[in-house]
Amino acid sequence: MNFPILSSLILLPIIGALFLFFTRNKDGNNLTAKYVALFTTIVNFLISIYLWISFDQTTSSFQFVEERIWIKDFINYKVGVDGISILFILLTTFITPLCIVSVNNTVKNRLRDFLIAILIMESFMIGVFCALDLVVFYLFFEAGLIPMFLIIGIWGGPKRVYSAFKFFLYTLLGSVLMLVAIISIYWISGTTDVIALYELGIDAKYQNLLWLAFFSSFAVKTPMWPVHTWLPDAHVEAPTAGSVLLAAILLKMAGYGFIRFSLGLFPVASEVFTPLVYTLSVIAIIFTSFIALMQEDMKKLIAYSSVAHMGFVTLGIFTLQQQGIEGSILQMLSHGLVSAALFLCVGVVYDRMHSRLIKSYGGIVTIIPKYSILFMLFTLAALGLPGTFGFVGEFLILMGAFKDNFLVAVIASFGVILGAAYMLWLYKRVVFGKLVNEDLKQMVDLNRSEYLILTCLAVPTLFFGFYPEPLFNTIEVSVSDLINLHNLNIASK
Amino acid sequence: MNNLNLILPEIFISLSVMFLLILGVFKKNSSQLTFNLSLVTILVAIILTVNETFSVNRIMLFNDSVVIDRMATLMKIITLIGGFLVLGISSNYLKTFKIFKIEYPILILSSVLGMMIMISSNDLMVFYMGLELQSLALYVLATFNRDQSKSSEAGLKYFVLSALSSGLLLYGCSLIYGFSGSTNFDVIANQLTSNEYALTFGIVFILVGLAFKISAVPFHMWAPDVYEGSPTTVTLFFTMVPKIAALTVFIRFLYVPFLNLIDQWQMIIVFLSIASMIFGAIAAIGQTNIKRLVAYSSIGHIGYTLAGLATGSNDGIQSSIIYISIYVVMNLALFSCLLMLKRNDQYYEDIDDLSGLSKNHPLLSLSLLIILFSLAGIPPLAGFFAKFYVFKAVIEQSMYFLAIVGLLSTVIAAFYYLRIIKIIYFDKEKEKYDSDHGLWLKFSLTFSTILILLYFIFPSQLIEVVSRISII
Repeated sequence: MNFPILSSLILLPIIGALFLFFTRNKDGNNLTAKYVALFTTIVNFLISIYLWISFDQTTSSFQFVEERIWIKDFINYKVGVDGISILFILLTTFITPLCIVSVNNTVKNRLRDFLIAILIMESFMIGVFCALDLVVFYLFFEAGLIPMFLIIGIWGGPKRVYSAFKFFLYTLLGSVLMLVAIISIYWISGTTDVIALYELGIDAKYQNLLWLAFFSSFAVKTPMWPVHTWLPDAHVEAPTAGSVLLAAILLKMAGYGFIRFSLGLFPVASEVFTPLVYTLSVIAIIFTSFIALMQEDMKKLIAYSSVAHMGFVTLGIFTLQQQGIEGSILQMLSHGLVSAALFLCVGVVYDRMHSRLIKSYGGIVTIIPKYSILFMLFTLAALGLPGTFGFVGEFLILMGAFKDNFLVAVIASFGVILGAAYMLWLYKRVVFGKLVNEDLKQMVDLNRSEYLILTCLAVPTLFFGFYPEPLFNTIEVSVSDLINLHNLNIASK
Repeated sequence: MNNLNLILPEIFISLSVMFLLILGVFKKNSSQLTFNLSLVTILVAIILTVNETFSVNRIMLFNDSVVIDRMATLMKIITLIGGFLVLGISSNYLKTFKIFKIEYPILILSSVLGMMIMISSNDLMVFYMGLELQSLALYVLATFNRDQSKSSEAGLKYFVLSALSSGLLLYGCSLIYGFSGSTNFDVIANQLTSNEYALTFGIVFILVGLAFKISAVPFHMWAPDVYEGSPTTVTLFFTMVPKIAALTVFIRFLYVPFLNLIDQWQMIIVFLSIASMIFGAIAAIGQTNIKRLVAYSSIGHIGYTLAGLATGSNDGIQSSIIYISIYVVMNLALFSCLLMLKRNDQYYEDIDDLSGLSKNHPLLSLSLLIILFSLAGIPPLAGFFAKFYVFKAVIEQSMYFLAIVGLLSTVIAAFYYLRIIKIIYFDKEKEKYDSDHGLWLKFSLTFSTILILLYFIFPSQLIEVVSRISII
C-alpha cells in the first residue's frame, strides 16, 4: 500500500493541536502558537493540492483508499476520495489557514485554545469528506459538534450560550435518527462499507424510512427550512473565524451527505421524496430571501442568505440531472469561498466599530476604498453575477431544474432576483450613501493580514468564475457515474 | 470439593476481613495499617481471580449453587478493580473529615465479598445471602460520616427502602420456590412447564427488588437522597460497584431460569428501561448539586443498560456488560474530578462551584469536558461506543421504538451535561482550588480519562473479552 496520504491529512492538524496543547505556558506566547497552527494548516493545504494533482480524473472509482480493521468483524476504518469529495477537502484545507490568519483581529483571549479547537475541527471536517464507512462518517460528523460548541460558547458574542446550545442540540437531535438508520443498514445489508453498499443496493421497501432518517440529520445541518433557525443565531454569536468555518465548510457536510448517501444509497426513495425536497428548497429560497431583506444585522443577513443559497444546492442535487448536481457542487464551493469572505468583511468593520448593525454604517466608500472594492466583488459573487464563481453554480442548478420541473425552476429564479436585491441593498446601505455617523471617519483601511485573506479569497472567486474547467474535469466522471448508477437502480425496480 | 481453588478469592477475602477485624481491635491506631492491608487483600484477590478462573469456561460448585463462568470472572475482576480504586481514592477524603477509621476498608471488603457471591450465585438462596451481605455493609458505609445529619439520613433512608425491597425479593423467591420446587436456577429452568402464570408473579416480585437495587425508575426514589448524603467516596462506590453485581444477577436471573418466559418479562424490562432513560434525563436538568445530578444521570445510564438486557439475545447481554464497564470508568473519572474540588479542607459539590473552572484549572476542566461529552454519548469518546453497541443489539431485534426513544433521551440528557460544560467554560471564574492532590486521585483521573479519550483507537479488545461470554 502506498503512503496513507488521507490519514495524514486527517491526523496532521491533530498533531499540531497536540503540540500546541503540550507547549502551553503561563504567559502564553501566542505568536508562536499562531505560527505553529498556520504552518500545520498550510502544510495540510499543500498535501491536499498534491492530492488533487495526482488524482486520476478519468475514473469515478475511489482513489487513495485506505482500509484497516477497526472493530473486528464489524467496522473497518476506510477512507478514500472521488471527484466529488476531493474538492471539499481542498476547500477545507484552503479555508482553515485563512481562519487562522484572521484570528489576531478577532480573538482576544485564550488564543491558543482557540487555535487548538480550529485545528481539531479541521481534522474532523476532512474526515467527514473522505470517510467511506457509514460509522466512520457518523463519528466525524458528530465529533465536529464538540469544537464548534466550544468555539461559539467561549469566544462568541453576548448571546453565545443560547446559540451554542441551540446549535448543539438541534444538530444532535437530527443526527441520532441517522445513527438508528446506520445501524439498521448494518442489519439489513451486513456491512456499513459505502462502496460495498453501492454495489449491493438496499432493498426498496426499507429505503423510504432510512432516507427520512438521513434526511433529518442533513436537513438540520444544511440547514433547510423550517429547521434553519439555529443558523442565524449561531452565525451572529460565533466569532468571525467560527462563522467562516460554519458557513464555508460545516454546511457543506450536509450537501455532500445528500449526494454521497441519500442519492447513492437510496435511489428509489430519493425519487419518491424529490417533491418534498423541491418544496422545502423553494420555500427556503424565497422565504429566507425575504427575511434577509428585512434584517438589520449584517451577519444575520448573510446567514439568511446562506440558507437561501443552500436551498439552491438541495434543489440542484435532487434534480438528479448532470447539470443540477454539478451545479450544486460548484455552488457549495463558491458559497464556501464567498460566504467566508462576506463574514470576514463584516468582521473587518465590526473589529473597528464594534457594531454589526447596518444603520450604523453608510458612506464608508471614501474612507476605506480598498475594503469597499473587495466587499463589492464578494457582494456581486454572492448574487451570482456572470464572471464570478457564484454565477456558474446557480446557472447550472437552474438549468437542471428547468429540465426536470419547469414550475420549480421559475419560482427558484425569482430567488436570484431577490438575492440581488438584498445583497445590493446591503452594500448600498453600508458602503454608499451619506456619511452620517461621524465616528466612521476614524476607520482605517484593511491591514496587511486582512488584505491578504480577502485577496486569497478573491482570486479563486474570479478565476473559477471565468474558467471553472478544472473543477468540472474533476467532478464530471464521478457525477455522471452517480447518475448512471441511480438510473440503473430505478430502471431495475 | 476438588474445585475449591475456584473460590479462593472469596475465601481469601473473608479470612482477611476477619483477620483485619481482630487486628483493628487489638492494635491501637491501626487504621493506616488496616487500610494498606485491605488494598493488598484486594490486589491479591484480583490476582487469584485472574489466575484461578480466567481460563474456566463454566464450572458448577456446591451442588450447582455457585457457578464460575466467563461472565462471573469478568464481573468479579471489574468489581475488585472498582473496589480497589475507590478504597485508594478514599484515604485523603476520609482524613479530611477525620473519619479515617478501621471500619471503612473492612466494610468495603465485606461488601465486595457480598457482590462476588452475588455474581457467582446460581441459586436464589446464595444470591440472597450475597445481596444481604453487601447491603448491610453499604448501609453502614452510607452513614459513615455520622456527625453529619445528612449522612445519617442517607443511611437510614437506604436501610428502610432497601429492607423493603429485600422483603419483596424474598417473597418472590418463596413464590418461585413454591411453584417450581427448587431454588436452583438450572432446576427451575427445567421445571418450567405448566404453572407459568404463578411463576410470573414470583418473577415480578424479584424484578422489583432488583430494580430497587440498581435504582431503575419507578424504584429509584432512594437514589438521589442517598447519593447526596453519603460521603463522596461512598457515593462513588455506590454508583460503580454494586451496579455491576446487581446487573450480573439481573442477567443470570432473567436468562438462566426464565429465558423461556421472555414474553412475560420482556415488556417489564422495556418499560423499566424507557422510564429510566427518560426520567433520568429530565429530572437531572433541574439539579444544582453534582452528586444529585450524578444520581439522576446514573438512573438514565441504568436505563440504557437495561435496554441491552431487554433484547433477549447474547448480543444484548454483551452490550449491557460493555455499557456498564465503560460507565464505571466514566463515573470513576467524574468523581475523581469532583474530589479535586477542594479548598481549605472543604469539598465543594454544587454545580455553581465549577463556574469558570477552565481559567484556573485548564487540565482539570479539559478532563471534565471529555468525561461529560462522553457521558452524553458524543463520538469519538468511549460513551458513544457504549451506547452504540447497546442500540446495535436493540435494533438487531427490531425494537425500533426502544432505540428511538433511547436516542432521543440522549439528546435531552446532552442538555444537562452541556449545562455543566457551559458553567465550566463560559461562566465567570471563582476562587482557585487546591492543586496538590493525592497520587491516587491523579492516577485514577488520568487513567480513566485517557481510557475514555483513546478508547476509539482500540475498540476491539473489550469486545473480544466480552464476546466470549454467552449465557444463552
